[in-house]
Amino acid sequence: MAEIEVLQPGLFSTIQDFGRRGFQQFGVPVSGVMDRYALKNANIILQNKIDAAVMEITQMGPKLKFAAATKIAISGAYLSPKLNGENIDNNEVIKINPGDELAFGQPKLGIRSYLAISGGFQVSQVLKSRSWYDGLTDFDRLEKGMKLNYKATQDEVEETFSSVKFDPDYLKSEIIPVYPGPEYDQLPEYLKLHLQESSFGIDRNSNRMAIQLSERLENELKPIITGPVLPGTVQFTPAGKLIVLMRDCQTTGGYPRVLQLSEDGINAIAQKQAGDKVKMVLFQ
Amino acid sequence: MSEYPKINTMGERAILVQFEPEISENLLNKLLFFKNKIIDFYAEVNVEVINSYNSLLISYMFSIEDIYSEISVLKKLFSQAKIAQLANRQIFYIPVCYDEEFGWDLEELSEAKNLSKEQIIELHLAPLYTVYFIGFLPGFLYLGGLDKLLEVPRKNQPRMKIEKGAVGIGGNQTGIYPRSSPGGWQIFGKSPVDFFDKNQDPPCEISAGDKVKFEAVSKEEFQKISKAVTAGKYQLKKEKYHG
Repeated sequence: MAEIEVLQPGLFSTIQDFGRRGFQQFGVPVSGVMDRYALKNANIILQNKIDAAVMEITQMGPKLKFAAATKIAISGAYLSPKLNGENIDNNEVIKINPGDELAFGQPKLGIRSYLAISGGFQVSQVLKSRSWYDGLTDFDRLEKGMKLNYKATQDEVEETFSSVKFDPDYLKSEIIPVYPGPEYDQLPEYLKLHLQESSFGIDRNSNRMAIQLSERLENELKPIITGPVLPGTVQFTPAGKLIVLMRDCQTTGGYPRVLQLSEDGINAIAQKQAGDKVKMVLFQ
Repeated sequence: MSEYPKINTMGERAILVQFEPEISENLLNKLLFFKNKIIDFYAEVNVEVINSYNSLLISYMFSIEDIYSEISVLKKLFSQAKIAQLANRQIFYIPVCYDEEFGWDLEELSEAKNLSKEQIIELHLAPLYTVYFIGFLPGFLYLGGLDKLLEVPRKNQPRMKIEKGAVGIGGNQTGIYPRSSPGGWQIFGKSPVDFFDKNQDPPCEISAGDKVKFEAVSKEEFQKISKAVTAGKYQLKKEKYHG
């Protein structure tokens, strides 16, 4: 097994795959990558299994040193990646030699980048997933000096010209496609209209559990009997705030669920940073 | 026809089934019966079904291709089924130490409720609680059956850290924190037992529909059990429940 050494951890990076299935009934969050489109793309480029574990890198990337030869691909946000000081591109197979150093610069487009490695990151599985989650896995973020395992590839690296086309439009688009949530019908007409016609700001207080929207609306809905929630569920709090639940969210909640983001909507909002504007567009 | 159950999509990969907005053993029995039916029906497909007090959420692995046919299949399932009583339910006996050391809010609770500390503990020990579902945190049991006399609002200012094992009351619910977490419940006891083991499958022995009975233990017993738990030698006391 080869190792990546974490020379600098960056702002916040974790290892993620598609997340945990089958354990929500025990209160375990789904977890997994915030942006599944980028994960799939990075893995397809490397001809990995589609759900192989990748590194999810948020805004300011880490500095990593590879002990053995392999191939990597980076997808999702463009965080100005550099190999041994030279700029490299997203969405391409990158050949890695022993001792190579990968670093990141300024975030230019989107905030979450995905580093895939040939064969996937070999961190230990907990409840059938390699996704890091505080309290469940040994680590919940990259730390300086940490060693991450991967399978060294002995075979000559092929130049694969992948036919997949990565469409980066969602990284900058304000549009978030949504569906009505279970309590949508209880909203007064003016609020239904407002939800669709206004732009909402991404609050600083956002993370892998939830993205908060900055605006405060009038909320006269009653709380509900605690019921199921999912990544992408938009809760409407008594204080009038909209909270978009993300991959590490709890399995149940008591706030009215007014909207449900589409899968594309989750991927898109995962790439927005504090201060960005989003516009929710309803599928009826 | 009754407006329940309401069957609607929740995004592209989930269907939410909502029953009457109530909290009752009857409804729980119905939910868990249908939950099993759905799991059986989809045996070949990878679906995940969870229940809450009055809902079932069915999550599909990939986007549902024909949502309307899926909904009509479910409707049929709900209309045909004759509801049987759940089998394989268990009672779990959970040791709780009500020693002063863990009874952070016992004094306050006693004053607020105009009950002696002993009365509070007795009232908390008496019921056979029902596990409605697990949520909030991995291994956090939503228990029904708290004595009305013990209902108390959550603290105005939540604590930054409530320790793993803490036993408390929030509103009309009682429960145990399966791990350290911020929280607003009134805390008055501690259980030495682990409710969640990530290395086991299933990671939680207790599941929706089971029963829980608290048993008071002294501080000495608490420490003994704690040691056994750490050594991996503690077995929760349990027996079959014939409801």
